Amino acid sequence: MSMGQSNAVLSLNNLRAGYGQTEILHDLSIYVNPNEIVAIIGPNGAGKSTAMKAVLGLLNITEGSVVLNGEDITDTPAQKVIERGISYVPQTNNVFVNLSVQENLEMGAWTRPTGVEARLDEMYNLFPDLAEKRNQAAGSLSGGQRQMVAMAKALMVDAKILLLDEPTAGLSPKYRGEIFSTIQKIKGTGVPILIVEQNAKQALGVSDRGYVLVDGANRHTGTGADLAADPEIARMFLGGGH
Amino acid sequence: MWDAFGFEFVNFYLIPGLVLGCIYALGAIGITLTFGILRFANFAHGEIMMSGAYLTWTVMAIAGYAGLTLHPLVAMVPATLLVILLFLGTDKFFYKPFRKSETIKVVMASFGMMLIIRSAVQVIWGPNQLTFVRGIAKPNPVLSDLSNDIGMMLIIPNKHLFIFAGTIIIVIALSYLLNRTRIGKAMRAVSDSPDLAHVTGIDVDKVIRATWIVGGICATAAGVFLVMDVQMLETTMGFRMLLPMFAAAILGGIGKPYGAVFGGLVIGLAEELSAYPWIGDTPLLSPGYKTGVAFAIMVIMLIVRPQGLFKGRSF
Amino acid sequence: MEAYVGYFLYFLSLLTVGGIYAIFALGLNVNWGFAGLFNVGIVGFAAVGAYTYALLTTAESTYHIGGFGLPLPFGMFAAMMASAVIAGFIGLICIRLRADYLAIATIGIAEIIKLILKNETDITNGPRGINKIPRAWEHFSEERFYTSWPMSWFGTPENWEAFFDTLPNWYWQPLFAGTILLVMYVIYRMLERARTSPWGRMMTAIRENEPAARAAGKNVTRRRIEAFIIGAAIMGLAGSLFAQHLRLIEPTNTFDPSKVTFLVWVMLIVGGSGNNRGAILGAFLIWTLWSASELFITGAIDLIGNIFSTLDPSILQTRAGFLRMMLIGILMQVILQRYPGGILPEVRPASPKADKKTAGTTGETT
Repeated sequence: MSMGQSNAVLSLNNLRAGYGQTEILHDLSIYVNPNEIVAIIGPNGAGKSTAMKAVLGLLNITEGSVVLNGEDITDTPAQKVIERGISYVPQTNNVFVNLSVQENLEMGAWTRPTGVEARLDEMYNLFPDLAEKRNQAAGSLSGGQRQMVAMAKALMVDAKILLLDEPTAGLSPKYRGEIFSTIQKIKGTGVPILIVEQNAKQALGVSDRGYVLVDGANRHTGTGADLAADPEIARMFLGGGH
Repeated sequence: MWDAFGFEFVNFYLIPGLVLGCIYALGAIGITLTFGILRFANFAHGEIMMSGAYLTWTVMAIAGYAGLTLHPLVAMVPATLLVILLFLGTDKFFYKPFRKSETIKVVMASFGMMLIIRSAVQVIWGPNQLTFVRGIAKPNPVLSDLSNDIGMMLIIPNKHLFIFAGTIIIVIALSYLLNRTRIGKAMRAVSDSPDLAHVTGIDVDKVIRATWIVGGICATAAGVFLVMDVQMLETTMGFRMLLPMFAAAILGGIGKPYGAVFGGLVIGLAEELSAYPWIGDTPLLSPGYKTGVAFAIMVIMLIVRPQGLFKGRSF
Repeated sequence: MEAYVGYFLYFLSLLTVGGIYAIFALGLNVNWGFAGLFNVGIVGFAAVGAYTYALLTTAESTYHIGGFGLPLPFGMFAAMMASAVIAGFIGLICIRLRADYLAIATIGIAEIIKLILKNETDITNGPRGINKIPRAWEHFSEERFYTSWPMSWFGTPENWEAFFDTLPNWYWQPLFAGTILLVMYVIYRMLERARTSPWGRMMTAIRENEPAARAAGKNVTRRRIEAFIIGAAIMGLAGSLFAQHLRLIEPTNTFDPSKVTFLVWVMLIVGGSGNNRGAILGAFLIWTLWSASELFITGAIDLIGNIFSTLDPSILQTRAGFLRMMLIGILMQVILQRYPGGILPEVRPASPKADKKTAGTTGETT
């Protein structure tokens, strides 16, 4: 493993995990340093989203560990993990459709109920679109706006790290661009981000480092730029369309 | 203007329909919340309603021995606390083990609870009818006179006034809870998506407890209002009310409390109004089939628009 | 000698009623065990079967339609058909409903059936019910039967009367019990054949993994309706036997869902859900428990009544009945939690099932 690992905000170390008896992640290691954006890319079924679920304690972990800021959080239940500062935005079903935008954000702040007003203001500054729609039902927003709500909601808790599961899935190119620039804005506020993305090219474009997963195991690692430039990886997934 | 038709219609069909509707509405609120947040049809709900009524009766009886006459709405308070404990207890011992299993298991458990609670009531209080006397059955003279002066005459007994007022207060309180309190919003959130609530860090167990508490309050109120209206208690009440309450919840949309209120009123009115001689001299529907009205509405909804009128969750 | 006859007759009654419930349970198993249908309307099909049989076989009456004088086996067959037809209608409407919605719908339909039976007094004599229902084997000793064909072929009414006088008055009980057990056995064998047949294996496939079965082109809805109808027909048959056992039926108290529907479910769950053998075992076991507990508690209360003369035993007796029901309910909860497969769990070929953890953190499986 490389040098940056010891002061990592989040690290998955030699993880073997899966659902019940079926192992999906094989000896997986990933880490995220402070002020980094790290992308996890790979073909369908590579176990990218599963890696995130392992962090949240939603999987059966048989070997290895998950460490957050030096604290072992392997197998810790989701609510505790979130209290410790991991914010997670699932791929689908990531807003409460019948609650308003503001209520969604308020729910996001559940584990840290003080100072909600101030953080709401921060979020509305970061996501100006949401400010005008704050009393609208989240379900009535467009896909891209919903994604914004989902991210803002996740940021309401003073996150130590933000986990984004395929944030641009199913979005139009316009919104994809907005999402990635928002991600950079978030990085600017000091929150490290771990992204799982199908849209490898754009993801690597904003990332400091990346991991390529195939069949639940590490295949390649490197800086965003290096991976993006690697012809073998380009062949694997960066071919036209995305 | 206010001829015999109007008088009879309003006082003997419309008002009773609204009263029944209020009772169904309150019961349906509990059912729809359980359906929405815990994701199962709680067959024991009717029996819990009935327990609330029996407990209230007992509180009044005990107070009676001590020389006090308590108004049912007052006696309802300690009864409600006991009902809440009952709900929380049955959840902990009989429903919680099945939270992560197929829905069918917890439904079967609730079916079993239905039987256990009803049998318990029958053992403790016996299967015979008990009278719920309150002297509140006489028509309210103020209202009669007032309305008579306007040209109509409304004969509404005090008991109905209490039922209407109680229902309105509970619905307003519920609205406040769900829209302005943290736990209420969390309840709506879990109803939307328990998984998302979980990964957002919401304390789902706390929300579940809150659901049982709110359900308990509404169920006790519904039970007490029912016995206030018919002025007697018997052990078949719970099951008799269950199907119309399910129908009301489905009509309004599963998980939508306002829908449940609306659904309850519609079904209550439909039941009472179906016996009215709309066409000619005989009732539209033979009174023996009154209880079938709710069910017919429910089946139609399930086929035609399963998400209910207010777009609750469908399946 | 008298006492032995008494014990023998009691034992026969356990076999009789236990057997009837076993047939109910077998029918429910077709719904639940074969097809995963949560049918809580058992009592409705029982009522349809019972009333069909009663109306077709009882004598003419001013209170209800009757006087068809049809042979008993025909009455039982008709009971099956009537249940099947009604189940067909219900199935077409309701079969796609999810488990708890299907439960609500079937319970509601059962109540509607009872409402109709109660209200259409011209046909059914309403709440007063139908009595003098002919009981198989016992009916031979009734005047109505031995004075008419076919018995009249074999002897004069006086001869028949004299013949029956020589028999003990319980002569029909072993025959009745035997008939029921025979019917139960035949149905059991047929269902076992069905279970291992291609149809049965398809039902298992659908129940285990519906999306895969659909993808493989199976008509899931059709199969489910078939299972619903077959189960209901069996319940109708059991209903007709129930009517014969009771000889008097009426729409509300005889067909109390707590007694019929719920007891049958408990029998299936305890005995082994999904399992024909379990259905039979559960039925006899629970019925024996139920019946024996009645004796036991009655005896205990009499004892208590003798000791504490201030307590009125009759009140305790009625309440004791409800206590038994409560205990049966608790038994079911215990079995549901600790031994979910029941006493005789189903022996199935291993199949890949989605693990519970992927079902979402609060158990959402849809």
